[in-house]
Amino acid sequence: MNKDTILHITRFIVLVLVQALVLNHVNFLGFLNPYIYIIFILLAPININRSLFLALSFLLGLFIDMFSDSGGIHAAACIIIAFFRPIALRSAFGLSYEFQTVKLSNVRFGERLAYVLLMVLTHHIILFSLEIFNFSHILLIAKKTFFTSIFTIVITMLVLVLFRRSDS
Amino acid sequence: MRQIINFLIKNKHFLLFLMLLLISLIFTIQSHSYHKSKFISSTNFLTGGIYNWRHSVSHYFGLKKENERLLIENEHLRNQLSSLTIDSFAVKHTDSTSFKTPFVFTKSLVIKNDYSKIDNYILIDKGENHSVFADMGVITDKGIIGIIENTSKNYSRVISILNSNSRINAGLKKSNQYGSLTWNGKDPNIVQLETIPRQAIIREGDTIITHGRSTIFPKGIGIGTILSYKLNQNKSYYEIDVKLFNDMTNIGFVYTIENKNAIEIKSLEK
Repeated sequence: MNKDTILHITRFIVLVLVQALVLNHVNFLGFLNPYIYIIFILLAPININRSLFLALSFLLGLFIDMFSDSGGIHAAACIIIAFFRPIALRSAFGLSYEFQTVKLSNVRFGERLAYVLLMVLTHHIILFSLEIFNFSHILLIAKKTFFTSIFTIVITMLVLVLFRRSDS
Repeated sequence: MRQIINFLIKNKHFLLFLMLLLISLIFTIQSHSYHKSKFISSTNFLTGGIYNWRHSVSHYFGLKKENERLLIENEHLRNQLSSLTIDSFAVKHTDSTSFKTPFVFTKSLVIKNDYSKIDNYILIDKGENHSVFADMGVITDKGIIGIIENTSKNYSRVISILNSNSRINAGLKKSNQYGSLTWNGKDPNIVQLETIPRQAIIREGDTIITHGRSTIFPKGIGIGTILSYKLNQNKSYYEIDVKLFNDMTNIGFVYTIENKNAIEIKSLEK
């Protein structure tokens, strides 16, 4: 158990609790809740064991599902973005990802925004399609995805800036 | 054989991904059908306990409003009681058996309430240990909230009327026509009443109540008033928007309704 492992475990627990106890009850403008628990997936180390990463993401989603009584929608959205994270990383950071030198705390703002945008949008599209589960409500899905994504991206970028680790 | 094993090893991440995705999709599909979403729910001791702890903190901020509501309800009930005792000779009805109804009301606290999703659930702090079981009705002092769907030892989950799976029998107060109450997912204070036949005479502002056609709710519990109505496409039924008496975004305490005759009635219906 080195320092990094403990950091990631703490982050996992804190994010689940913050999401379940505070952010699921924001209901800004009646329906907007930011889903920032995916920061765990965004910040997981790049060279992490992929099977372990998939299992952890599934667990993360399942905990959120338990708290919000939503079946398996968060779990499904989480493992999909966890599985496709390398693609998002490659398209956002290009070469520096290939050499495994990316640190999310010291990349340029534009690249970081692109990465967060890709991940959050994918996650929210899957999440709301599964939540509403009815393609006759496709406008509602689009509306919810759009506004919630903006909210989530803003909060996520703020959290990433505020809790930047000073040693890196 | 070796090739199969090699294939499995080579694609183990992808296979794990598919397996986990399948599991979560099964949970999702189960959650969209009524009475099947028992596996992943907030009634277990971990999430229930955490919500209870959270509620014990946040509960204090609403105490004043809650007290006022209770006082208003008390006032209402006291007025009813006094009119009852004046109307009938009090002596005649002191015997408790002459008042016997099959319905037993038990109070409980709401520790989690959703209203922004399509399928909303409410968590309350009474469970099997307090003899709260599935298929019991849940109301507040103002009107209905939902039906208990899933219970654990100390908590139970209520399927709110703000849930796409919820179907509750409801009808007009002034006539006997009835339909089913559903929600279209838009406004948490407006629900839809369907399949009221066009012969019914309705007006905006009419009261909608439960009709006592199931064993869950007794007859005459308030739901809301008619906000607007129109005939459906083939002009045989009304589609009615109902403004709820309850503010679904602010529920503090609820009553669960147990019907002592439920088993007997259900055994007859079989």
